Amino acid sequence: MSIDPQGPKVGADEWVARQAHRREYLPSWLGRAQRAGERIGWWPRLAVAGLAGLALPLLGLGGFQLQVGIDALVIALLAVGLNIVVGWAGLLDLGYVAFFGFGAYGYALLSSPQLGANGIHLPYWLSLPIVMAGAALLGLAVGLPSRRLLGDYLAIVTLFLGEAFVEVTNNVAPSKLGGPNGITSIDPIRAFGVELTTNESYYYLLVIVVVVTMAVLRLLEYSRTGRAWRAVREDPLAAAAMTIPVNRVKLSAFACGAMVAALAGTIFAAQQASVFPTDFDTPILILIYAGLILGGTGSIAGAATGALVVMVIYDGVLRSPAEASILFYGLGLLTLLVKLRPWRRLAAVLGATVALGFAAHAIAAAISPSAVAGGPQSTGLLGGGLRDWIIVPANPQTAGNVGFVVLICLAIALVQVKGRWRTILLVPTIYLAAFVWETRLVNEPSITRQLMIGAILIVTMIARPQGLLGQRRVEAAT
Amino acid sequence: MSPVLELDRLSLSFGGLRALSELDLQVREREVVSIIGPNGAGKTTVFNVITGVYEPSAGDVRFAAASIAGRPPHVIARLGIARTFQTLRLFMNMSVLENVMAATYGGTRAMPWESVLRLPRARREEREARALAEEVLSFFGQRLAGYRWDQPAYSLSYANRRRLEIARALATRPRLLLLDEPAAGMNPAETHEVTELIGQIRDQRGVAILVIEHDMHVVSGCSDRVIALDHGVTIAEGGFDQVANHPAVVEAYMGRHPEDLAGAG
Repeated sequence: MSIDPQGPKVGADEWVARQAHRREYLPSWLGRAQRAGERIGWWPRLAVAGLAGLALPLLGLGGFQLQVGIDALVIALLAVGLNIVVGWAGLLDLGYVAFFGFGAYGYALLSSPQLGANGIHLPYWLSLPIVMAGAALLGLAVGLPSRRLLGDYLAIVTLFLGEAFVEVTNNVAPSKLGGPNGITSIDPIRAFGVELTTNESYYYLLVIVVVVTMAVLRLLEYSRTGRAWRAVREDPLAAAAMTIPVNRVKLSAFACGAMVAALAGTIFAAQQASVFPTDFDTPILILIYAGLILGGTGSIAGAATGALVVMVIYDGVLRSPAEASILFYGLGLLTLLVKLRPWRRLAAVLGATVALGFAAHAIAAAISPSAVAGGPQSTGLLGGGLRDWIIVPANPQTAGNVGFVVLICLAIALVQVKGRWRTILLVPTIYLAAFVWETRLVNEPSITRQLMIGAILIVTMIARPQGLLGQRRVEAAT
Repeated sequence: MSPVLELDRLSLSFGGLRALSELDLQVREREVVSIIGPNGAGKTTVFNVITGVYEPSAGDVRFAAASIAGRPPHVIARLGIARTFQTLRLFMNMSVLENVMAATYGGTRAMPWESVLRLPRARREEREARALAEEVLSFFGQRLAGYRWDQPAYSLSYANRRRLEIARALATRPRLLLLDEPAAGMNPAETHEVTELIGQIRDQRGVAILVIEHDMHVVSGCSDRVIALDHGVTIAEGGFDQVANHPAVVEAYMGRHPEDLAGAG
């Protein structure tokens, strides 16, 4: 690194401060790209991302891909809204998905044959403000416990309120809310003579809504309100001593988050044309949180990126065994490449794993042909390459179950031992992981995708605790 | 001249423990008053009652002749009482400038939608808040110079964190500033700087200051008046020399002289 002759003297206060600032960036050309990106400013970057999103369907997305994109954008919108409450105001709100449900049900009731003789069919420009205002009021009500409860206690109470929403929609007034059968035949979004009926139109609408919401929140983040939210997160007592009405600021964060969630809910309901209580249950909440945490709490761009990454992997990639396999082996290999040093050790582990596989396969085949009768479940080129390497018995289910338990034991043993033993133990662990994947997991996408998202989150949090785009944060020592 | 701050027979109990009992205290316009006393004497508790963290069990707190006892902390701060904390309580993950600008919340009115739409009032207030923040930070000269403004508060050194707390408190435009051990953890040169700073704040900004301090160099250097507390009771009041040599103060810090104890027994 060159030392700027005009700059401060090495070791001086200012030099130390600037040095610390420099170390926030990645090394080499990545850091230069980062800096160049920051010089551009936020709105051109957001505009470029938005245009890229709008241009994506030109590549010729199929119906499935488009649906994945729509779902991902809805979750991204939710994550950006959740970031207000969790990332900025620092309030762990586990009932957030109820606001999403409120928005969806609110729109459904105002735009379907559900209420009255012929139903209410309000245009979107009228129903949206009504629903968002209602959500803001609900947000204030749900936020009330935050006046007294902090941290875990608030989380439990809001989780309860979120579950209460599911129970209410399931059980209260079935003739109006539909009970478990939900509300169907919801109108598409209609305003000013335009009616959105195709999935393409909803995709474009969502890209625009997400970009506009991000821009609005970015303007809010560095305003009086945004600073107050973050000050309350950092230290409520000091915030109060600095003229900030802590309780009111917390409630406003709840209300703003609820409004964004309700906005997402209306679009979701209109695009699906139906809503069911299970659409707004805990699994969705976990996905929103996974996206927010992966992207980086406190960062708007992080929340959106994280949610898009999580949803595209979760809904798009991990549904098909072939793509899931590529992701599984790719991520495994990548982790080894990044984490194993020096190169000699990496080469030894990889070589030993390959050798172990072929040797084990040959021995098992010689002893009993039925032990390798199954063949790998991965298909295509990958499956062909693995045919003589991985042992898949005739009854893969039982073997996979046993293998899974042994794998967990091995993984626990792996973190207990150190040095050479860890390297040696790593080889059978990798092989066993591949074994369990091929015999059991690859054909169970409903389980596998949860596991994979969990694994991705764990690895990201270890490598980069602040999330993909988050800022490093210190916890106040109180 | 009526006092800026007046504590009138102020008492505070936590269950059976009397933290403050019938405490009287006055701070006049543009006056620097120091509170001294051994650990646990109730000094910080006095600050907490004044700023509304605790509600007094009995007695009254009057600020500019109006009672403020029992009002919420942010209201008291808006009325013109700002404080710093003994255990630093900065907004660690916000930038230096944002720390100070956050304290202008009470002095501004723009609603969220005005900020989003960049309406005139929001823009004007934002400009003013920034100017005020830069002004109070400039008070510390090179110590909190411009290149630090965009850095997070956690990157500051300990002494600079103390300075930033004072800057943040000044940004609320107080009439009375409460400093809780502003020189704690500072070296002799920095301690001297703090002493001068307290005088400058009073002279240039016309603020009355109430200081809790253990460092007697600071106390003797900056105070117009000194109050010694022990067990929540005023044991001495007056000029520095007068209080420092007061037998009750010496006893509170050092214990009673063995010969006196023998005499008493």
